[in-house]
Amino acid sequence: MALFFAVPLYVVLCVAFGTVDPLFRTSVPVWNPMQWQFTQLATVFERIVGPENFYLPPVLRTIGFVVIAVAVCLAIAFPVAYFAARHAGRHKALVLTLLVAPFWISYMMRMLAWVNLLQNDGWVNKVISLNGLLPTEQNWLAGRPTTVILGLIYGYVPYMILPLFAALDRISPSLLEAARDLGAGGFDVFRRVIVPMSLPGVAAGMLLVALPMMGDYFTNDLLSGSPGTSMIGNLINNSISTPGQSGQAAALLLIVLLVLAAPMIWYTRTIAKSEVRS
Amino acid sequence: MSSAPRQKRAYTLGTVTVIYLLWSLVPVAIAIMFSFNSGRSRSVWQGFSLRWYTWDPQGSVLNNESLRTALTHTLLLGVLATAVVVPLGVLFALALDRWRGRIPTGANFAVLLSFVVPEIALAIGLLFMVTWLATPFELGTTAQVVGLITFQLAYPVVIVRARLLTIGTQYEEAARDLGASPLGAVRRVLLPMLYPAIFVSAILVFADVLDNFVLVRYLSSNAGTETTSMKIYNTARAAPTPALNAIATLILVSSFVVVIAGWLAYRKWGRSDGEDTGLGAIATM
Repeated sequence: MALFFAVPLYVVLCVAFGTVDPLFRTSVPVWNPMQWQFTQLATVFERIVGPENFYLPPVLRTIGFVVIAVAVCLAIAFPVAYFAARHAGRHKALVLTLLVAPFWISYMMRMLAWVNLLQNDGWVNKVISLNGLLPTEQNWLAGRPTTVILGLIYGYVPYMILPLFAALDRISPSLLEAARDLGAGGFDVFRRVIVPMSLPGVAAGMLLVALPMMGDYFTNDLLSGSPGTSMIGNLINNSISTPGQSGQAAALLLIVLLVLAAPMIWYTRTIAKSEVRS
Repeated sequence: MSSAPRQKRAYTLGTVTVIYLLWSLVPVAIAIMFSFNSGRSRSVWQGFSLRWYTWDPQGSVLNNESLRTALTHTLLLGVLATAVVVPLGVLFALALDRWRGRIPTGANFAVLLSFVVPEIALAIGLLFMVTWLATPFELGTTAQVVGLITFQLAYPVVIVRARLLTIGTQYEEAARDLGASPLGAVRRVLLPMLYPAIFVSAILVFADVLDNFVLVRYLSSNAGTETTSMKIYNTARAAPTPALNAIATLILVSSFVVVIAGWLAYRKWGRSDGEDTGLGAIATM
């Protein structure tokens, strides 16, 4: 098991620190760490911060898209999870079932559903133009940042609702009653009891949607397909699909993993600790 | 303190939730609806038919070889991966539960970490491994199954382990006191108590494998190892017919059938057996 995790990671390192075959222009992994070269990493770095920084826009775009998408996800997920946890009453089981339903629907199918709706003659344009009365032929799928961000939100928001629900559901009603008995108003209870107690769930939810978005390339490919909206995931995927650029893909991946290492380890430690406690 | 504003807030929140649920599920319902369209369009309704499922001579799921292959290959991967992952995960969970020290702590960490490591990282690592190392298998079905096993192992481990923690050691000790061998105690006492957890993880793994895209795509070899999600990715923007919706619908139905059947069985079990069987663990994941 550890083998299946460690070995692939090591191969990625060897490719990232490997060389390029001078004849065939293909990546050659270097197995001995003593002979690791930094040319691939340097190339990638140069493309991000050097004079010809054509990797920089996708990197910045990824950060921008993910920040917006996560913020909107939270804005959607918090009220929904709050309702499901505290106000759904006898409909709680039904609401929960419907909230979980997207997990059993393939991500690709959910994206396909939007491709159908957003086509030029799709239902979205029909609704906007009042079925052809107004001349608004919007080309939604031709490289619009808004479409991609909406796709990301649509794709990942279920993953935020569940941890939020779990956190909010765990808050005992007697605690809120106690706060009210001690003189807190409705808003005070929310601000000073519910919000602080749900923060671990909020953090977990934000991580659970932000981390996969960082490596996502398919949402972009399906809903835009234009280099004008490409993200880091697209850079990696395009390098993988181009012969001879595996080294760059590995170097990019390595950078992404290094940047994300801290939040990933933080999350894992929190979960591991809560397991020990329970 | 008054209940009127509370009620009002509940209504507002309820409206938000209903709108969210509609937004999240109606697009998929529309996609399913168009899989039954009798014309080629995926936005103009031309009447109900099973054309894209069965009778269209070239384009239907039944008659188009590549669509049929994608469907059967997806289901095959689901069955194979589940059949290996679940027993392996149970053993792993037992080991993590029993064995104290650094190695199991590290392994537990790795299992939990696999929930948050971007899938693309593991997929590329495995792709490189298969390409450059002398692995006993090549890209294609075997590589896909190995990749899925690595990626999915965390589910049964976490769920079964949560169950083991709630069971505790007393039942097993009682069995030992009554003369059971160590293995017998596990097999005849502990394992039956774990069945619901094992069952739940099998369903989760199966449904999740049907949904997998990144791993199976990088580890596929040719058209014969294309899955449904890859098919959607490859053709969604290239003038597809409603047959694409049809194949997506079929996968969705398979996944729902398994989940609903599992839920019913789980409820039956859960009644006789106390509640917490690890669904809580999933909710916190």
